[in-house]
Amino acid sequence: MSWTGFREMLPVKRSDIIAPAIALGILGIWEAGVRLADTPVFILPQPSVIVATAVTEAILIWPHALTTLAEILLGIGLALATAIPLAILMFANPGLEKGLAPFLVASQAVPVFALAPLLVVWLGYGMASKVFMAWIIIFFPVTISLLSGLKSCDPEFRVLFRLMGASFFQRLRLLYWPWALPQFFSGLRVGVSVATIGAVIGEWVGAQQGLGYLMIQSNARLRTDMVFAAILWLTLMGLALWILVGVIEKRTITWKIDR
Amino acid sequence: MLKLNGAEKSFNHQTIFSAFDLAVAPGRFTVLVGPSGCGKSTLFDGLTGVTNLDRGTISWQGRQMDSLRGHAAYMQQKDLLLPWFTLMENSLLPARTGSGAGKSGTSRPEEAAARLFARLGLSGYENHYPGQVSGGMRQRCALVRTLMFNRDLILLDEPLSALDAITRRGLQALLLMLQSEFGKTILMITHDIEEALLLGDEICLLSPMPMTVVERFAPEQPKPRDFNHPELIAVKRHVLDRLQGDAACETI
Repeated sequence: MSWTGFREMLPVKRSDIIAPAIALGILGIWEAGVRLADTPVFILPQPSVIVATAVTEAILIWPHALTTLAEILLGIGLALATAIPLAILMFANPGLEKGLAPFLVASQAVPVFALAPLLVVWLGYGMASKVFMAWIIIFFPVTISLLSGLKSCDPEFRVLFRLMGASFFQRLRLLYWPWALPQFFSGLRVGVSVATIGAVIGEWVGAQQGLGYLMIQSNARLRTDMVFAAILWLTLMGLALWILVGVIEKRTITWKIDR
Repeated sequence: MLKLNGAEKSFNHQTIFSAFDLAVAPGRFTVLVGPSGCGKSTLFDGLTGVTNLDRGTISWQGRQMDSLRGHAAYMQQKDLLLPWFTLMENSLLPARTGSGAGKSGTSRPEEAAARLFARLGLSGYENHYPGQVSGGMRQRCALVRTLMFNRDLILLDEPLSALDAITRRGLQALLLMLQSEFGKTILMITHDIEEALLLGDEICLLSPMPMTVVERFAPEQPKPRDFNHPELIAVKRHVLDRLQGDAACETI
């Protein structure tokens, strides 16, 4: 049998195997390298050890993971609750947009990580300071992408809706909001994928729970395998959120706009 | 009666039109024909309120107004159907935004739209999305939506120029129906003389910028017209001769 004939029999396309192949390749080199060089576990544990720790220590890790997840979800919720109204307000009122734009940009120029210790001072060791960190990070991409989505609406549709005598809220509901959804979702996807960073940094600075706290504690005890196990769980959470947003987007947006 | 008196508009010191007068009698189909870029779209922008006229007055049914917003239905080259709504939902937009079918009184908008779907040959496609049907069907749906505005005046901005010749023929007949069956007053702009001669009660030939009405025709032939009628052929030849004599116009 020829190679092409064999390939066509495979249930998956070649492009679908590239990413897993690269991942397996890197993990294989890592595993083999650590074993051959006989690196101590506390310097760099091999992937098989990390996975084993992530599974066997799951009971220890879970409460921390749930705390971090709760912080991220609250951060996302807070970001949506503030970004959506603000984007709509700025869209409805270009003067307001002009006035607020410099502050929005400035808020991104401030290194949020430098604020983390202060946030702990102000908001305490509990979840509030971490939720706030996640909120600051998600808020910006969601606001900006939603605003630019609203503004991208075809002016000829605006003329049509004006002639129909539609009010601003009718135009928003029937025209601008659906029009902006694809950009809103791409902003949200960026937001949720960086939200984990905010929560973890907050936990590093001062916390009693969470994956960031677990990482700091394990690092101090040279439990490098546990640090990696926490990173693995964090990555899985971030990935799950990314996929979840993608699924919601696919369910919501069933149309294509000819731009 | 739609009246436009002394309308003037200029952009960057370029006069698009000035002292432009127009009168459209109720129930009449008036067509403005002119070369591309002569300023007829700017005139429509002034009528629909997209831009403000520098000078001049617009009046409809004896009332003077800044623009025809809220008084005229509008249809243009693009069907402007929203891809997230079905054809039926799209046609109901004027009713949903509270400007149209509220005034129809006797019938519910859904029933009115369903009747129009049947009349325009769209029955069975009510729940299709715009992306699932042909360009001709989308434009017919746009026509239903235009009627659902429930306004006596309809502004048509080259409504058929994006369609192929055969689809176009069918839709020209439907445009005539707007007038004959629904008694609408229609103002249309086009660059297609043949279309103007087939549809118009009065045809105003426009000059390139600054735009003026250079000549008016009122073909006596009853509609639907046969384009091979000697009167129409003569008019068309006359118009083309006139436009070819005009160096400034490149396409018609």
